[in-house]
Amino acid sequence: MATEPKNRHPAPTTGRKFRGPGSVGPLGLGVAVLWLSVIVLLPLAALTVTSFDAGLGGFWDAVTSPRALATFKVTLEVSAAAAVINLVFGTLIAWVLVRDEFPGKRFVNAIIDLPFALPTIVASLVLLSLYGPGSPIGLVFNATKPAVVVALLFVTLPFVVRAVQPVLIELDREVEEAAASLGANNWTIFRSIVLPVLLPAILSGAGLAFARAIGEFGSVVLIGGNIPGETQIASQYIRELIEYDQATEAAAISVVLLALAFVVLFVLRIVGNRLARREEQIR
Amino acid sequence: MKIGLPVKLSLRAAALLYLAVLVLFPLGAILYRTFENGFLEFWGLITTPAAQSALQLSLLIVAIVVPLNVVFGVITALALVRGRFRGKGIVEAIVDLPFAVSPIVIGVALILLWGANGWFGGLESLGFTVIFALPGMVIATIFVTLPFVVREVEPVLYEIGEEQEEAASTLGASSLQTFFRITLPAIRWGLTYGIVLTVARSLGEFGAVIMVSTNLPGISQTLTLLVSSRYEDFNQQGAYAASTLLMAIAVIVLLLMTALDKKRTNQ
Repeated sequence: MATEPKNRHPAPTTGRKFRGPGSVGPLGLGVAVLWLSVIVLLPLAALTVTSFDAGLGGFWDAVTSPRALATFKVTLEVSAAAAVINLVFGTLIAWVLVRDEFPGKRFVNAIIDLPFALPTIVASLVLLSLYGPGSPIGLVFNATKPAVVVALLFVTLPFVVRAVQPVLIELDREVEEAAASLGANNWTIFRSIVLPVLLPAILSGAGLAFARAIGEFGSVVLIGGNIPGETQIASQYIRELIEYDQATEAAAISVVLLALAFVVLFVLRIVGNRLARREEQIR
Repeated sequence: MKIGLPVKLSLRAAALLYLAVLVLFPLGAILYRTFENGFLEFWGLITTPAAQSALQLSLLIVAIVVPLNVVFGVITALALVRGRFRGKGIVEAIVDLPFAVSPIVIGVALILLWGANGWFGGLESLGFTVIFALPGMVIATIFVTLPFVVREVEPVLYEIGEEQEEAASTLGASSLQTFFRITLPAIRWGLTYGIVLTVARSLGEFGAVIMVSTNLPGISQTLTLLVSSRYEDFNQQGAYAASTLLMAIAVIVLLLMTALDKKRTNQ
């Protein structure tokens, strides 16, 4: 689902802690924290602790076993491929949606959100109906690496488009016109004026797509074929370990996946902040 | 930037072709294959006993998850916006956490907490089974939908400020009166938007739920589990039909969100 970062206004400072009539008081805060702990924190704590049940060595063995390494390799490969392809085409689509006019544009714009609205397992079936067994166009490539990439492209399509679109709309065209009147050609204008402004949005969209892709399951499960070392991605391997009652190993792989997602999101935040600061300095 | 017509047309063509190959043609294909043998066959496939029970289970989960998320989500949002306490940033981050966690990892984490051998495994010996039963599927769904209500209500609470609430309280309204007469009406569209997102995600969740369900047709299968088990049982037609049903729900949700978005911004 789409989650755009909302502007967080600073809370009004009145010096009181919980006295406002609209506040829920310390009791409310306690309820909220308890709720978040039981639903989110405790399960993740149980996961992390269990992953070390066989000691640090056991954890290391689980995440560096040949099967685990092969799975991580496939996961990173297909996720990176999906992120890069959607980086290029997402930017292109955003460009066409903002700078081009053609009949049916609003429909195309609406289509972009569909992958977020569709359940992931439905995404899998949608792709299988055209590219799987019994394909009406005779194109069958399910249970191959490209099929996994296509599934990931489908579910991560909105990230780059929806990140770049608003920046492109806000972009001041006068600078481009000035550059053009000074004799710069389109490529120069794009490279040295448009791209630098778009870059943070493009990278953040691609980063979110990558983070989403490495944990993806539903859209890949039916079309990917789950072939170890070939198309099996980390989430499928984790499920297999759970089915074979290897909970500690499953927890270890899960922790790596979780850490990977956190690192990506953390790097995105840092890069985003740095770029925003540089932008301000230039101005 | 003035782009010549040939370049403009080829950019447009490339973008549209990509969307067609990735989204539009597959959508056409699934609709074609669903209704290949007529609407009656589709209707028959989505009204089999297993399909009906899957729909009922999905709706039951929604009916349990939404009220819980509304109550605790609004309390959390109020605590975050109106309260001033240390560690607020951490609580904010925890609210966002479910978006960053893979559904399968959520499933594993819940099994390790609530499962027979998990931290709370004692519950099972008391006769309260969570994992591989309805409570587990509900908890998994709550985990993945937890951020929606909080994240949609929070900005509205900032927006409306505290003045009206303070006025009501000065005039003698109790906290509950203030909440139901002032705060709730003000946040209603944000809350509705959050509920729509929660419902959509609850109906559509697959990975986290399949990990904690026994996945038995007619007993513990939601609509999304039905899709996958039908496909794996070589019942392609049945899988396509159930997918099309879920797709129709998703499109309705999209339309609802667009309408609500207008309402929210007009407010």
